[in-house]
Amino acid sequence: MIAHAIFFYTFSIIAVVSAIMVTASKNTVHSVFFLILDFISISCLFIMIGAEFLGMIMLIVYVGAVAVLFLFVVMMLNVAQQKNQWFAGQQSSKHIPVGLIISTLIFVEVIIVIGGWKYKPEIFDINNSIAQTSISNTHSLGQILYTDYIHVFQISGMILLVAMVGAIVLTFRQRSGVKRQSYIKQISRERAEGVEVLEVQSNKGVKIDD
Amino acid sequence: MIDIGLGHYLTLGAVIFSIGVIGIFLNRKNIIVILMSIELILLAVNINLVAFSIYLGDLAGQVFTLFILTVAAAEAAIGLAIIVVYFRNSGTIRVEEIDKLKG
Repeated sequence: MIAHAIFFYTFSIIAVVSAIMVTASKNTVHSVFFLILDFISISCLFIMIGAEFLGMIMLIVYVGAVAVLFLFVVMMLNVAQQKNQWFAGQQSSKHIPVGLIISTLIFVEVIIVIGGWKYKPEIFDINNSIAQTSISNTHSLGQILYTDYIHVFQISGMILLVAMVGAIVLTFRQRSGVKRQSYIKQISRERAEGVEVLEVQSNKGVKIDD
Repeated sequence: MIDIGLGHYLTLGAVIFSIGVIGIFLNRKNIIVILMSIELILLAVNINLVAFSIYLGDLAGQVFTLFILTVAAAEAAIGLAIIVVYFRNSGTIRVEEIDKLKG
């Protein structure tokens, strides 16, 4: 229990501090790295609490794909050099109190809800934990994911497909002046348009225009 | 304090959610940091779902966390594509200069 508490506080402090650094860091590349650190510590928490499949999936999907995508975009758009001189501008000062008030309100509301859980511990039965079953987390998750939730699973696959098509369509750009190979043009050439028989007179030559 | 329960994980989720909301409001840099704040908010929701799923003994929470992960990845891809196209067209992604819809 002591080890559980130590690991929980370690990972959660790392997660909270890196979440603060994501929003407060001056350099966008540093923000992305702190986001990666946040995801890693939260996935350690997931593995510690017993949801090891989701922890690994978090590592693969978020750290391996999403954060690297963020990093690519940040480096491609060259925003790393845009330091935030405008962070302390006149316009930003009126946003800060509103943001602080709203986020504090949200935090207080969520904490009130959690207090309801804390003060009535008999609402949920902590002995009903799924960690006591003999099969692993991944096994049990797969057993219900491919049976009870198969339609939602396939719909999420369609969402990923639509996102992929949308991202490609959005960023696709037809450049002018680039010579491309056209298979249709190559295949559908015929002899009539490719070869021409000319009467060449001596000392005149043939005029070639292309 | 030593006995880690459901409330600790929910508090962690609440803290990260609030930091994400603060990040959306206080951001004066570029719009990529706003997208990262949205990812933080989704992460906080995932923490809550997984904590409830473990402590209530119901695996549906973890299944829905998987779907939230999917939607978050799709949203990040589409959002970053939109940002790339916007940067290509207008040359900036600073939050204060994106005001074309303001009229």
